[in-house]
Parts: sequence; C-alpha cells; structure tokens
Amino acid sequence: MSLTESQSLRVVVYEGEGSDAMNAEARFDTMTSLLEDGFAVTRTNGRQAVAPADRTSLLVLGRFPDGQAPSFDSGSDQAEVSVANIDQQEPAAITDMVRAKRESLAAFDHGAWKPWFPVIDYDRCTNCMQCLSFCLFGVYGVDDDNKLQVQNNDSCKTNCPACSRVCPEAAIMFPKYRTGPINGDRVNAADLNREKMKIDISSLLGGDVYQMLRDRSEKAKSRFSKERNPDKALNERKKCLTKLAKAGDIPEEVLMSLPEPDEIQRRAEEAAAKAEAAIEANAKNN
Amino acid sequence: MANDTRVLFCNCTYAQVVPQSTKEGVLRKLCESEVSFDAVADLCEMSARNDPALKRLADEGPVKVVACFPRAVKWLFSAGQAPLNREQTQVINMRTDSVEEASAALFADELTPNLPEDNRPPLAGSETKETS
Repeated sequence: MSLTESQSLRVVVYEGEGSDAMNAEARFDTMTSLLEDGFAVTRTNGRQAVAPADRTSLLVLGRFPDGQAPSFDSGSDQAEVSVANIDQQEPAAITDMVRAKRESLAAFDHGAWKPWFPVIDYDRCTNCMQCLSFCLFGVYGVDDDNKLQVQNNDSCKTNCPACSRVCPEAAIMFPKYRTGPINGDRVNAADLNREKMKIDISSLLGGDVYQMLRDRSEKAKSRFSKERNPDKALNERKKCLTKLAKAGDIPEEVLMSLPEPDEIQRRAEEAAAKAEAAIEANAKNN
Repeated sequence: MANDTRVLFCNCTYAQVVPQSTKEGVLRKLCESEVSFDAVADLCEMSARNDPALKRLADEGPVKVVACFPRAVKWLFSAGQAPLNREQTQVINMRTDSVEEASAALFADELTPNLPEDNRPPLAGSETKETS
C-alpha cells in the first residue's frame, strides 16, 4: 500500500516566540508517546532548520500563555494547519488528542504492519534475478527496463530473510534483521560467499529446494495413503522443513504455511520464467 | 551544530533492533538540548509505504540522520523515491554506537558525510568506521 495519495498528519511541538518552552522531561515524554503511537513529530524553537511543510496536515502543539496562540503560516498553501494548547496536559492526554485529530482527518494509521520487506542495495545488485526466482510470494518483479524491483512489500513474510541468503552479492537487506550484512551492516569478503550459501541450502535437501519440498510432500502423501497415518506424513514434512528453516533462517511458520506441492510448483515455475525472461531481455540489451 | 543542519531521528518503533537504552538516551539528549529536530516513528515503514514525507525529510540541505546502518538508510530513502544527497548527509548508527558516541556525533559542529559511495561497494575492513 502506498501513501502517495493518502492523507497524513505531522505533529509540530512549537516552542518558539509566543509560547512557553516545555521542560525537558515533559518534552521527552510527549515525543516518546507520540512516536510510539506512529506519529511524525517536529520539535521547533523557530531558530533552526527543520523539514519544510508539504501537503501534509499540520497539528501545532504548544504551551500558549492565556491560550492565545500566534498565527502560523506553514509556507505551503496545500497544508491545513490546526493549533492546540497543551499547557498542563499529560503526554497520554496529548497523544489521545492527536489520535482524535488523525481520525477526524481520516489520516493514515501507522503501525498496523511490521515493516518487514527487502531493500535492494543497487550498488551491489547485478540483476541476476536469483531472488526473483527464489521467492514464492511474488515480492519481486522487474521494471520497464527489466531491472529488479521490490514490487509487493506486503507479500513479504515477516522475519523471513531467505531471499537475502540466496543473493550472491549480499545486495538484499532487511534493516530490521538482527545481524549483518542483512541488516545493512557493511559487507565483508566472507559474506560474498553467498553463492556457496545457496548451494549449501540446495545440497542440504539434495538439489532444488522446492523440488525437494515437493518430493517430500509427495512421499508423505503416498505414505499417508498407504498407512493412513496423517501424523507421520506431517512429521516427515516438518523434519524436512526444520532443516531448511535452520539453513536459511526461515521462520518455521513461514515454511509451514507454504501451499500444497502443486501450487509451490506453479509459483516456482512462474517466478523462474519471470527471472529467465528478464535475464534474456537484459542480455539482448547489453 | 550549524543552524542550517537539520536533525532527523528515527524511533524504529516497530522493531526491537535498536537498543532501547540507546534510542531513549539519544532522544532524551535531543529533548534536553535547544536543537530543533524532526522525529519519525519508523523510516522502514515510511519507505515501504512510499510516504511522501520522506521527500521533505531528504530534500532540504544538510541533515544528520539518527537511525541505523548508513547503507540501510541510503537505500530505504532511495526505495521511498527520496534519495539522500550523499555530500550533505551523515548517518548516526544507534545499532552500533553508544549514547555518548551518537550524541557526540549529533551535536558536533561539523557534518561528516558517510553514506556509501554510489557504485562502489565497500568491503568491511577496507575503510574507516562509517558509523559516526
């Protein structure tokens, strides 16, 4: 989902001329409360540069003597400006008031989704399309110039960094991952053995990862039909998936939520075809 | 710190990857200072959502971004259609720096650009520390 056309709200804690400054503790508590609730907040005393206004609605908060706020000009004719006196108000009450303002504007409510998605380092990416052919969830695609793109952030499986582990150039980051270089830390020579990592993952399952998943699942199915023991089949699949989870640091719940073998195959083939087409097109253009 | 240098603080609200004590410590220092600043809940979310606010945060002159790894910050802004100006951006990394290190870099008069250079992938150990 893009916010390009959505309404959003920017909170400004104003402590310039015509207002009384907050004490540091109250300022910290207010900022923290608002940030934890997903708001973008600007603190300004009017003497130093802050980001300029754009079309975003502004809610100016301040401690105004006798409740008389100075008039504010955002400098943007697109931005709606409203003002609220927060003198004597506790941070929680301030946040409630700001939340109500957000609702009245029908502005975007942040935080409903943990922002887990791949970020491409195009200084490193060679457009090899390994990630595109690996991902079963349609996160990747190519642009009009057949350059790799992240197209569906929302389809990415939370906490799964598997595609970054198959990237031979360590070009895929998940900034909220715990360790480097996937978290954006610098890439060292050892990290460039990503191709090796990919082979390791494959060889762990005796070849193509998805093929192995399919085979295992088929075996489990056939065993199920012979033995009529669903628990055994499920355990077999779990064993295989646990190995894969360890090798790729893929959350078990992601693996366990994989679709049925036929659907895995269909998606894998579709992704591989997309990748192949993009590689061919790039080869022609170069 | 020069008056034309902006400060942008990322609270990394939706994950626990920045040590809480560092995040709180740096924000507290900012709140105790006279410095004006912009703070956002989570740069990752803004990038993922193509939040137009990224553009206003990236566009206007020198900026010190208090967040995480410079390589991640560079490409988060880029993915959000708001590339940062390499010559005018310093990223202070709260994942690796202590409150004291981060604050020293933040309140220093000079801005030390440290975004990775375009098309020159650095290898760790081949350059000086990039964090502050």
